Amino acid sequence: MGENNLVAFPSPPSLTPPLSPKDRMKILRVPMPELDPEVRSRNFDEVNLGLTAAAALDEAARCISCAKPGCVVDCPVGVKVKEIVALICAGEFLAAASKMREDNALPAITGRVCPQEHQCEGGCVLGKKGSPVAIGNLERFIADYERQSGRLGLPPIAEATGHSVAIVGSGPAGLSAAGDLVQKGHRVRVFEALHELGGVLVYGIPEFRLPKSIVKSEVDNLRRMGVEFETNVVVGKSVTIDELMQYEGYDAVFVATGAGLPRFLGIPGEHLNGVYSANEFLTRINLMRAYNADEYDQPVYDCRDRDVIVVGGGNTAMDAVRTARRLGARSATLVYRRSEAEMPARIEEVRHARQEGIEFRMLTNPVELIGDEKGWLTGARCVRMELGAPDEDGRRSPVEIEGSEFILPAHVVIIGVGTGANPLIQSTTPDIKTNSRNYIVADAESMRTSKRGVFAGGDIVTGGATVILAMGAGRKAAVSIHEFLTTGAWEVEQPART
Amino acid sequence: MYKIVEARSVGLNIKQFVIEAPRIARKQRPGQFVILRLHEKGERIPLTIKSSDPANGTITLVVQAIGKTTSLMNCLESGDSILDVVGPLGVPSEIKNYGTAAILAGSVGTAMALPTAIALKQAGNHVIFIEGARSREMVVFEDEVRDASSEAFVMTDDGAYGEQGLVTKKLNELLAAGRNIDFVLAVGPVPMMRAVAQITAPLGIKTMVSLNSIMVDGTGMCGGCRVLLGNKSKFACVDGPEFDASQVNFEVLMQRNSMYRDKECQSLKYFRENNQQELAGLRSELAAKEKGLTPLCEELTGIQPPEPCLTQIEVRHG
Repeated sequence: MGENNLVAFPSPPSLTPPLSPKDRMKILRVPMPELDPEVRSRNFDEVNLGLTAAAALDEAARCISCAKPGCVVDCPVGVKVKEIVALICAGEFLAAASKMREDNALPAITGRVCPQEHQCEGGCVLGKKGSPVAIGNLERFIADYERQSGRLGLPPIAEATGHSVAIVGSGPAGLSAAGDLVQKGHRVRVFEALHELGGVLVYGIPEFRLPKSIVKSEVDNLRRMGVEFETNVVVGKSVTIDELMQYEGYDAVFVATGAGLPRFLGIPGEHLNGVYSANEFLTRINLMRAYNADEYDQPVYDCRDRDVIVVGGGNTAMDAVRTARRLGARSATLVYRRSEAEMPARIEEVRHARQEGIEFRMLTNPVELIGDEKGWLTGARCVRMELGAPDEDGRRSPVEIEGSEFILPAHVVIIGVGTGANPLIQSTTPDIKTNSRNYIVADAESMRTSKRGVFAGGDIVTGGATVILAMGAGRKAAVSIHEFLTTGAWEVEQPART
Repeated sequence: MYKIVEARSVGLNIKQFVIEAPRIARKQRPGQFVILRLHEKGERIPLTIKSSDPANGTITLVVQAIGKTTSLMNCLESGDSILDVVGPLGVPSEIKNYGTAAILAGSVGTAMALPTAIALKQAGNHVIFIEGARSREMVVFEDEVRDASSEAFVMTDDGAYGEQGLVTKKLNELLAAGRNIDFVLAVGPVPMMRAVAQITAPLGIKTMVSLNSIMVDGTGMCGGCRVLLGNKSKFACVDGPEFDASQVNFEVLMQRNSMYRDKECQSLKYFRENNQQELAGLRSELAAKEKGLTPLCEELTGIQPPEPCLTQIEVRHG
């Protein structure tokens, strides 16, 4: 790329491409370069290496610019994918990144962790006959390109309004709301319970999938825009929402605490030594860097030459089992009670896991964890399952096959079967309504809760979902908070119970 | 960054720290704890808060050097800083007038039990405080214990100070003498708390124990601190740290607390051989960080201390 192509806001690219749609459809999808599985299953380096500019140009050329872009429709936050791909095609990478930021404040992150196959790429018309345009890889490319160019133009900040907003939680919902609100001229302070900023992006998602330096750079951008951050504050304990509003001068509060209460299986043996929730295992590794035992003090069970089982089929379970592999586990096995088709994990993670030698035991469910006389785990008693009739969600529910019991040896079992609502905020702010599962009730559009001035979004409202949905919630909340701050109007209408 | 404004030795390998932590100081209630991390590469450990001074924005912690982190912490002096302190965490002690309340505390557990003892006495209880320690050098805060209680006894394992024997010996003596005890709080090593529970459960005396399980985040997010109460699993960080002693499975607690013993021993051994380098490393890391930071207490000055809200915390132990 020549310097001249790095103009921040170039004129719109020519939409009359030299290639015909037929030609474009003949181009094969550019594969994402990856670290060798043998090498990467022994370290925590990022698996995907990123596209080169030439590869990005090739991949973008596959887009046929269809009249009704399914990619835009199927993106939860409506990223203008078609326009962005056209800009990439024209070599206008920075303009593409800036177009992306209109709808997505954290593209370097979502480009890495979104389940694209169910969203933008799932809507791509090319996917009907072959492979969809690699939108996720392109998104990551322009975000990384922008960051490495050092030419990230900070968006303009409106004149100070004199209003203050407290954001509880520095995960994807909190960060994206913070970015939008500070641009509107409001004073924004983000409170984080842990010592590091980023929420699930730093304690949950491993380095090999989302390097912490990327999260840090996004946080630093927000800081440059004027967002204040305060770590080590557990809202509900260190300070309540009422105190923030009454004594610390916040006009509005956005609760974006995430789900954050690990679910266990409720089977015998879950107190044995060697049994972890995926949250604990991943927090020890990601937030506390226990994988670097020589330098960091927080311990984690030594997985070297031992058998590790991870229970679950989502991205968290996949992260945990691949982490165990990297810690030197002799065997790292994923146990899931349905079949692979029902697994909620991203397709790419499943593929990467297989390459790294993860063993998949589908249609298997642990019923008891077994230990020795000293309380150390030795194995999991499992049963085989078969798929029965579809449940309320339309997923076929697994049914135990009688007499199919067997024992899988294990020194470590990690439970990654989802999370529930952490009650810290709700229990200290009784006028915030919750549903029967203790999630906060908030209007799906305005994100307003039952308490005046308090908004909520992300996993604490929806239950465990994705980074992009949480970001979308953060952005919606920002619009609604801005409206509340400027008009002072609070609809008395109660949000519908979910 | 949380500045240590005062550090002094109070017993053998036991040190008391007064630390600037204005938010925590405002909200702390007896029985609550903090989680701290000394430096970038340090682990997160829970410590019960002995007292707080909301006006000065400080909290007081007492640390016995046992493992690497506590040993490193006990090398710190006034003027040093701690990288992260978060709290107050956990459910505060339930304070009401039971009648006669016996507080049994083992050595450094005395510091943790003191705020609850004071509050119980203020609530009108006749407070019997039984402090136990291995030897004379480990008897701590004796004057404060006497002030906080209506009757105080000091027990040492070797009998070199106070009376000889364990705290449970004194408890048995009092019960045998026909003393009526309505409530017991035991804070100390797991075998001591288990022994107390074994005495009081058959008598139906309401007994609480403060559990020291291994924690990471302290907000209920990881579940590492889970303890078994009857057949129910509870998280010590958010449901505790105090639990009904008659329900606690102490064997599971001891077993889970031993999970990282090998690694802990290695770390401690390494620390003992390199403590001066470790301490110097911590100091230079924190000194570099301190530049350009506004102390939180300055930022929070002028914000009205939220006294009226504090009462709502009393609702608890559902």
